[in-house]
Amino acid sequence: MTLSYLDHLEAESIHIMREVVAEAEKPVMLYSIGKDSSVMLHLARKAFHPSRLPFPLLHIDTTWKFREMYEFRDHTARELNLELIVHVNPEGLAMNVNPFTHGSALHTDIMKTQALKQALDRHGFDVAFGGARRDEEKSRAKERIFSVRSARHHWDPKSQRPELWRIYNCRKRQGESIRVFPLSNWTELDVWQYIRRERIPVVPLYFAKARPVVDRGGTLIMVDDQRMPLDPGEAPAMRTVRFRTLGCYPLTGAIESTADTVAAVILEMSRTTRSERQGRVIDFDVTSSMERKKQEGYF
Amino acid sequence: MAGAELGARDPQPERGMLRLVTCGSVDDGKSTLIGRLLYEANLLFEDELLALEADSRKMGTQGGELDFALLLDGLIAEREQGITIDVAYRFFSTGRRKFIVADTPGHEQYTRNMVTGASTADAAIVLVDARKGVVVQTRRHSYLLSLLGVRHVVLAVNKMDLVDYAQATFAAIEDAYGRFASQVGLAHVQCIPVSALRGDNILAASERTPWYHGPTLLDLLETVEVDQARRERTPFRMPVQWVSRPHPDFRGFAGMVAGGVIRPGDRIRVQPSGRETRVARIVTFDGDLAQAAAGQSVTLTLADEIDVSRGDVLTSAEADMGVADQFEATIVWMSDQPMLPGRPYWLKLGAKTVTATITHPKYRVNVDTLEHLAVKRLELNDIGVCNISTDRQVAFDAYRDNRETGSFVLIDRLSSETVGAGMLHFALRRSHNIHWQATDVDKAARAGLKSQQACVLWFTGLPGAGKSTIANLVERTLYARGLHTYLLDGDNVRHGLNRDLGFTDEDRVENIRRVAEVARLMVDAGLIVLVSFISPFRSERRMARAMVQEGEFIEVFVDTPLPVAEARDPKGLYRKARRGELRNFTGIDSPYEAPEHAEIRIDTTATNPEDAAAEIVRVLEERGIIGLPRPPG
Repeated sequence: MTLSYLDHLEAESIHIMREVVAEAEKPVMLYSIGKDSSVMLHLARKAFHPSRLPFPLLHIDTTWKFREMYEFRDHTARELNLELIVHVNPEGLAMNVNPFTHGSALHTDIMKTQALKQALDRHGFDVAFGGARRDEEKSRAKERIFSVRSARHHWDPKSQRPELWRIYNCRKRQGESIRVFPLSNWTELDVWQYIRRERIPVVPLYFAKARPVVDRGGTLIMVDDQRMPLDPGEAPAMRTVRFRTLGCYPLTGAIESTADTVAAVILEMSRTTRSERQGRVIDFDVTSSMERKKQEGYF
Repeated sequence: MAGAELGARDPQPERGMLRLVTCGSVDDGKSTLIGRLLYEANLLFEDELLALEADSRKMGTQGGELDFALLLDGLIAEREQGITIDVAYRFFSTGRRKFIVADTPGHEQYTRNMVTGASTADAAIVLVDARKGVVVQTRRHSYLLSLLGVRHVVLAVNKMDLVDYAQATFAAIEDAYGRFASQVGLAHVQCIPVSALRGDNILAASERTPWYHGPTLLDLLETVEVDQARRERTPFRMPVQWVSRPHPDFRGFAGMVAGGVIRPGDRIRVQPSGRETRVARIVTFDGDLAQAAAGQSVTLTLADEIDVSRGDVLTSAEADMGVADQFEATIVWMSDQPMLPGRPYWLKLGAKTVTATITHPKYRVNVDTLEHLAVKRLELNDIGVCNISTDRQVAFDAYRDNRETGSFVLIDRLSSETVGAGMLHFALRRSHNIHWQATDVDKAARAGLKSQQACVLWFTGLPGAGKSTIANLVERTLYARGLHTYLLDGDNVRHGLNRDLGFTDEDRVENIRRVAEVARLMVDAGLIVLVSFISPFRSERRMARAMVQEGEFIEVFVDTPLPVAEARDPKGLYRKARRGELRNFTGIDSPYEAPEHAEIRIDTTATNPEDAAAEIVRVLEERGIIGLPRPPG
């Protein structure tokens, strides 16, 4: 019998998740509400069926996600009866950290990187699943599926463990933790093909619809709530757009598109001439910014 | 953009998958070749191309032309140094297959990366520079591919543009490589003349090589047999990863099928226990399956309630696996710290982790000449054949029969790093022939006769720390109380039992192993054993501890700072070592790893030997190992 490449990818991801659950003391799945998280969650349900998910989901909430993302998150958690932990950096919240006055770099550091470390430390999670894929960015291409982080959550690209066959070394020293990426070998297109095949629900923002946006230096930013400060004379315009990736709404650029179904999205992707991260404002900060963020503990 | 090209990015979901590893020397143009594959298949996005153009201009490596290598050399350090230093994974799809490409560096010291990339590959592209032909690196890579069981090898003779597409040049290389490939046992080899820079014979047949009638690189990659197909023809194997118990009525065994095909009703055996039963159901989220094949992750339920746990392997009852605790294997060493014979490591095979020790290497393979060299230990990037002994029975296949049930990694017990990778050859028969002899009079009985509990007092510390002095005082006190003791002193044992051992790291490990074994026998005889040994490595002290029962091992750290020990220098050894007359002297040019959790720590700068001995005796009383001194009269 011939297994399709989606079958292979699915089987590999399930194998990885089962290894973690068998060997970790207290695993957790990072849930970002995006399409990769949706796929990862679906794979986890498959991996442990007919048992319940043997770990909770953790959402690091910057408080600046799209409203539809929050709705989708809560609906999913209720529908699937999931144990969901939501963590917001309390200091960031007290200081009212936001992407407008503090800039994307500081906002991401405090509300995402620091918040993630806080949550992992507070709950004592020793292994955290993340939905990152190697095709997203050059530094990810070299990261292992099992990526060891120091007690301070730092990543050292020079001292990565060799990863052979399907044998994953889940051991770690006192204080260290491991980030595990079950979708390492998936591409953006694979994710969409799989969403189509498995009929996995995703946030409606991935599909084209008339939405209020402003054009900021070529990046279309959706005005999702009243907190968005508009420049003098700037008014949101209704344009038919969708999102290829989802994050904090002021930092996520929309693309003009008419693709309003999964099939249309896949067709559009086959023709697209821009890579996925192009809509993400945070990556433009400095060259190799993702690698630097990872070394500091950003996922 | 033509329709056919559009389709190339949208492979139908039912298409298969091929895992590929690329290898070549630094300058063979490996990254350029992969970049070219992505470019030719229209898989580069516009913003990636723009970034690439900007980078190419900035780096100026290709004189204004696109430098595809910059696409793949992702990490900052690499871009600065201009070399690929680690395994990077890239992906592309055609209408026929999805490809996962492990790009591995050709740099000399990075054998471990190449082995890592090859371990999961169905096929390999080996690059050679047409101007240089088959070089030492080519041989090394080909040997490693053969060792790791990569079944299909494409020799891409690159930079044909620089030899004017000369057929004779290509033919000579093809001939030389063919002979070498059969020597190392590579069965399926195809040579293709290409220019990664110009795109010849990558996607479309090149007009500049009219004399070449074979497939283009992509043609070949789309059609070679994937390992999957072959794995389905091997006997059924499934290592149990996880036991699923959602409620009392369901007990499922989750794992990925590592060989063959399984159907409900098939007879299977659980190894290493050997119990037999039948498969009841193949359970998945999408409903029960009528069959499952190699590469699928499933959950099996069994007809009988038999004991199965993580690490066990479900195997075909007709074609069973071997079960053993001693093996011969090829080991690739991947750590800066050398492999030390006798030191215990974690060994992970499938879903099972056991403790393993490795004997002296039988030989090391020179990967350039394939010669066998006699060595005492394995260093980083060494490949050697060794015997391995595990603390428990494990089920296994020979690596050549099944890559998944015949491979293992070795993990350092202290650092938790992956330090080695291994491929099993066969079991050594000896383990079946040496049985443990049960005896009636046991340790407790022997110790009881002496009104004491047996234990080991393990004194560790730098040379000249005062270990022997204190141990001697303790023994005198115990003797005076009528207790039965024996003092094993490092220097004394080296005059007899261990006279054949020197002071290299591996000999130190063996030195401690033997002493720990002797101490264990003496504990079994009911004695209080005092061991006074420098024993510089934590892992060997841990091994000694593991040989006796919980509570029987008392580590005494005789803590004397190096300057103090050196100033005392009772035997004049530090002076000799400082003069360079003594090599591998602990504290000087050989490390001492201080205990982190010793039961007793003696600070000799604050305590005199008599008080130290009294303190140790007090701890023995407190632990009930010896009774309190009888009152006078």
